[in-house]
Amino acid sequence: MDALDRVVKPKTKRAKRFLEKREPKLKENTKNAMLIKGGNANLTVTEVLKDIYAVKKPFAVLYKKKNITRPFEDQTSLEFFSKKSDCSLFLFGSHNKKRPNNLIIGRMFDYHVLDMIELGVEKFVSLKDVKNSKCPEGTKPMLIFAGDVFDVNEEYRRLKSLLIDFFRGPSVPSIRLAGLEYVLHFTAVDGKIYMRSYKVLLKKSGCKIPRIELEEMGPSLDLVMRRTHLASDDLYKLSLKQPKALKPKKKKNISHDVFGTTYGRIHMQKQDLGKLQTRKMKGLKKRPAQKSAEDGGVSPKKSKSA
Amino acid sequence: VEEVLAVAEEQEAEKRRSVTVEKELELEFDLGNLLALDRNPPPAAGLRGAGPRREALLRALARDNTQLLVARLWELPAERAGGAGGPLVAQLPEPAFRLPREKPPPRPRPPTRWEQFARLKGIRRRKRTSLVWDEQAKEWRRRWGYRRAGGDPARAWLAEVPAGADPEEDQFARLRREKRERVARNELNRLRNLARAHRAATAVPAAPLHPTGHQSREELSHVARVARVSTASLGRFQPRLPKESAEPPSRSGGRKRRFEPLLGNLSAERSRQLELLRDMGSKKPVLDITRAVNKQLRQEEAEAAAAKGKKQSQRGKRGRRQQRAGR
Repeated sequence: MDALDRVVKPKTKRAKRFLEKREPKLKENTKNAMLIKGGNANLTVTEVLKDIYAVKKPFAVLYKKKNITRPFEDQTSLEFFSKKSDCSLFLFGSHNKKRPNNLIIGRMFDYHVLDMIELGVEKFVSLKDVKNSKCPEGTKPMLIFAGDVFDVNEEYRRLKSLLIDFFRGPSVPSIRLAGLEYVLHFTAVDGKIYMRSYKVLLKKSGCKIPRIELEEMGPSLDLVMRRTHLASDDLYKLSLKQPKALKPKKKKNISHDVFGTTYGRIHMQKQDLGKLQTRKMKGLKKRPAQKSAEDGGVSPKKSKSA
Repeated sequence: VEEVLAVAEEQEAEKRRSVTVEKELELEFDLGNLLALDRNPPPAAGLRGAGPRREALLRALARDNTQLLVARLWELPAERAGGAGGPLVAQLPEPAFRLPREKPPPRPRPPTRWEQFARLKGIRRRKRTSLVWDEQAKEWRRRWGYRRAGGDPARAWLAEVPAGADPEEDQFARLRREKRERVARNELNRLRNLARAHRAATAVPAAPLHPTGHQSREELSHVARVARVSTASLGRFQPRLPKESAEPPSRSGGRKRRFEPLLGNLSAERSRQLELLRDMGSKKPVLDITRAVNKQLRQEEAEAAAAKGKKQSQRGKRGRRQQRAGR
């Protein structure tokens, strides 16, 4: 156990639990995001950070104070924050004349920066500007990416992976179908990325599948991609590596046919069919008269010779 | 009747149409992540102009895509959680989209010295009971902790002086000192195991050459030789340096032992056999024991001196000063 393998062992159970939560595990925790303001963050950028925090609660940390750093030049302070708050995703907002309304979205691997993409916010509609009913906090959103650019361009592909990682939420085994209320839709067109959030209304339709009506809700952003700092291919591959223990074990001797019938295979030892235990049928029992006729001349008792 | 049927069919078609969406390319779904990827190029012309028209177009696109995703989700095996009246819950498959991990996967820690020994000897861990029978209190008490089996300090009012010990020695102090030593030894071993594990984890393969300043001639020549031989043709066509000796490649190709041909030099063989017979016949032993023992002793002394010198240099100035002060 790693918590007890330290030079200074934890003295309380609470400290031990704290360390165990942060150590590398087979099945990892949900990624936390830290939302940081830069030295010169303006109102737009602050509002964006607050809205994203509302969407990502409780898996996000919003830093109240301004931090004067430049992520693209020096990543040490980001890494320090990540280590302190155990967050592997970050969103850094800043504003200057050259790069107005700047958002740097990024993720970490082993508390070191893996990918960073700088996006500029061209238009922003906040949660409180849209006067509609909202969905409850912590809803797992449905994510939809539209546009062939997301597959063709390498930077857009990484951006897609980053956005999925960011907005994914906890990984759940089952979901309540009526609770699918929130959808985040990203469209990449003409060098711009439109992010829209909608509330899903499930209307009755004739068949089992409900008809979807969307209602505009939540933050909507018009983004344009600026600089990027992507991880090298081998580092990225290293970060994607999953331990073998997580691979689902293949069940042997089970097969399915076209109609959905499950077939199983049982391996048996060799059986002596003569000694099989079958049901007792009284009618087939050997009668004593029949038995002696079968035995014939061989009498079991020897005749004594006087 | 036909009219009624036609109207009914039209109604059905209408219902089905309301949930179907036409798309050029099929979407890719990852239901574990509630993710849908649409590869169709969006209508660029409509989206260029700013304003409500763009919003409407985006919304329509989103509606279509969401409809497809929800259709897929509704097809998953679902059941009613919490009895008949509970909500309809669908079983999601494992997320398929590969996302990078947060931290590298955990590495198994190397076994400690005790664990290695136990594995060697085949010692297995015995599970201890949590309660122990306490004779004095006549009940089951915990092995350690609050009200443990033998730990009440008021009970240890007597400490016998063992057979061969000094009668003036304070036994209680001795017991306390021994316990402190045991704890310290345990802690030391734990830290040693930890250091060993840490060293194994961050082991960098030793560089074949020291950094400049510490290179010896033999080291350099060895490394140069290795570098020469590390080509595809094992160094046969490598040009030699100006002052390097021309060494022909060994005819044996790297084999260390070479045997004489069977029918080679007859006179050499005869002389060898005669010498062997002479040595076997003579009374004097071939191995001079005194010389061999002296040689071994000298070697051991040299080793001891080298080790002592190394230890002194390791301990450094402080060690040497302590040694001198101690004496």
